[in-house]
Amino acid sequence: MPLAMMDADLSSLIEPTRVNSRLYTDPTIFQREMKKIWYRTWVYVGHASEIPNKNDYVTKSIGPTPVLMVRDHTGEIRVLLNKCPHRGNQLCAYREGNARTFTCPYHAWTFANTGELIGYAMPDGYEGVSKVGVGLGKAPRVEAYRGFVFASLAGDGPTLEEHLGGAKAAIDQLCNNSPTGEVELTAGFLQHRTKANWKFLTENETDGYHPGSVHRSIFQVARSGIANLYSAESTALTRDFGNGHTEFDLRPEWRRLGEPLTWFGTTPERLPDYVTSMNEAYGPERAREIMIDGSPHIMIFPNLFIAEIQIFVLQPVSVDESIQHVTAIQFRGAPDINRRLLQQTMGSVGPAGLLLADDTEMYERNHRGAVVPDPEWLVLTRGLHRERRDENGYLVAHATDEVPQRGIWRHYLELMQD
Amino acid sequence: MRRNTLSVVSDDLRSLAAIELHHEVAQFLYLEARLQDLHDYDGWEALWESDAIYWVPANGQDTDPERQMSIICDNRSRIHIRIEQLKTGRRHTQTPRSEICHLISNIMVTEVTEDEVSVAANALVYEDNLRGETLWASHNDYRLRKGSDGFRLVRKKVGLVNNAKPIFTLSFLI
Repeated sequence: MPLAMMDADLSSLIEPTRVNSRLYTDPTIFQREMKKIWYRTWVYVGHASEIPNKNDYVTKSIGPTPVLMVRDHTGEIRVLLNKCPHRGNQLCAYREGNARTFTCPYHAWTFANTGELIGYAMPDGYEGVSKVGVGLGKAPRVEAYRGFVFASLAGDGPTLEEHLGGAKAAIDQLCNNSPTGEVELTAGFLQHRTKANWKFLTENETDGYHPGSVHRSIFQVARSGIANLYSAESTALTRDFGNGHTEFDLRPEWRRLGEPLTWFGTTPERLPDYVTSMNEAYGPERAREIMIDGSPHIMIFPNLFIAEIQIFVLQPVSVDESIQHVTAIQFRGAPDINRRLLQQTMGSVGPAGLLLADDTEMYERNHRGAVVPDPEWLVLTRGLHRERRDENGYLVAHATDEVPQRGIWRHYLELMQD
Repeated sequence: MRRNTLSVVSDDLRSLAAIELHHEVAQFLYLEARLQDLHDYDGWEALWESDAIYWVPANGQDTDPERQMSIICDNRSRIHIRIEQLKTGRRHTQTPRSEICHLISNIMVTEVTEDEVSVAANALVYEDNLRGETLWASHNDYRLRKGSDGFRLVRKKVGLVNNAKPIFTLSFLI
């Protein structure tokens, strides 16, 4: 049954409060996800700060597909597919660089960094053949919001603004923590490989139920109060923004504590330059509010996870393999906090991270369990009795409730059936 | 201050003949590897000096750990936290523990000062865990300080040859 699930009715596998294990393990469902989600909707590709100059490029991905995020010679950001249209050769083999043109090593076909074919070896062999229409594949839609570059491989569909919806405010919240209003991703990425289906990662990012057990070891050793955020008494909220975007909103806790920079585990005294520049940028009152609220914890469907001080880009490679690309967020013009952001990020994430190595262990065990046939159904009933609408109409519930996971699957089913 | 290990001078480390120094260094690296293989967390932690840096870079061998992401960049207090976490028994990625076999080879003494010696070596580590088998290959650099009871680690850099590629979880002591 090689293409069994390509056109099947998936509502037989996804119910409002339970999902079938097969969704994580069936290669034909993975193929359908590529077509219906990854090669269609808005997918996060990279950040404008990674290609600051004209002709800069960096190798990125849309699902398993390698792409080049390029700032072309006019300064416009483009997303090109990394494939020579002549014989299908991988065009660019470097991670990043600065180039006006890309030349395929196979037969020296050369392309402008806008994607157009501009030349090839021994052109006499192509007499009378037009170069028009044989350029590189391009994402037809590329849009950035506050430096975050998204691409859609579909020619039409909702705009990026419509897609982000309520999640846009979280990107604003993040950028507000920078005294210049800008963030930079300049520290390079760790690439953490895992033998697990991508949806286990997407679902886990706003799961407030797991830290108390999965991360208990580090909470205990670091003697941090972080564990309280995931306790029964926590006032933090899980939220479903719609369109698959979900949030673990810690602001109620930070506002209750009412001290600037508690969200970052520090105090204004320890980051005097940062606090001064925030006060200058926003005025002391607004700066204080921003520094109390801190940075968001939001999973922008399907692949951008802003985790307060770092971002993860989730990449499905195959039905049972994924890569987490992760880097520290840097606030432009704030060197003292940037050093700490980098240090804390390196301690927490990546293959040896004190937090993420354990999350990733869980992803692999999730996946090993998903192939076990009985029970087929995985339950997502936590907090059903106490979910409610917030002042903006979004579904919210307790910090440890499964509002995000139910929201992700609701959107997933819509996309997959459409 | 770069000095050839063959020059015999009166200071402590520099007075050791090259073969003897090489032997002492090798024995120390083998001891470290053995403590790692045995998951002897306290024994391994005791090898580190108070000003230690344990560094596993990413995306190349000569990045700036102050500005670039590293897989591990631990000072002494973070080494301690890493070890304490392993000792809780709830470091899930090491529960059960990986089966580990370190091979250390190509040991070269690269620099000798009065109380410190710099060493380069290659390492090949076999790991088996719930996921399966993984091989880890690295070019390692060490700075060892001589004390009354032998060497201590001041700096250890594990330059994984594939550190610019996606890699699996690395939660045992490499």
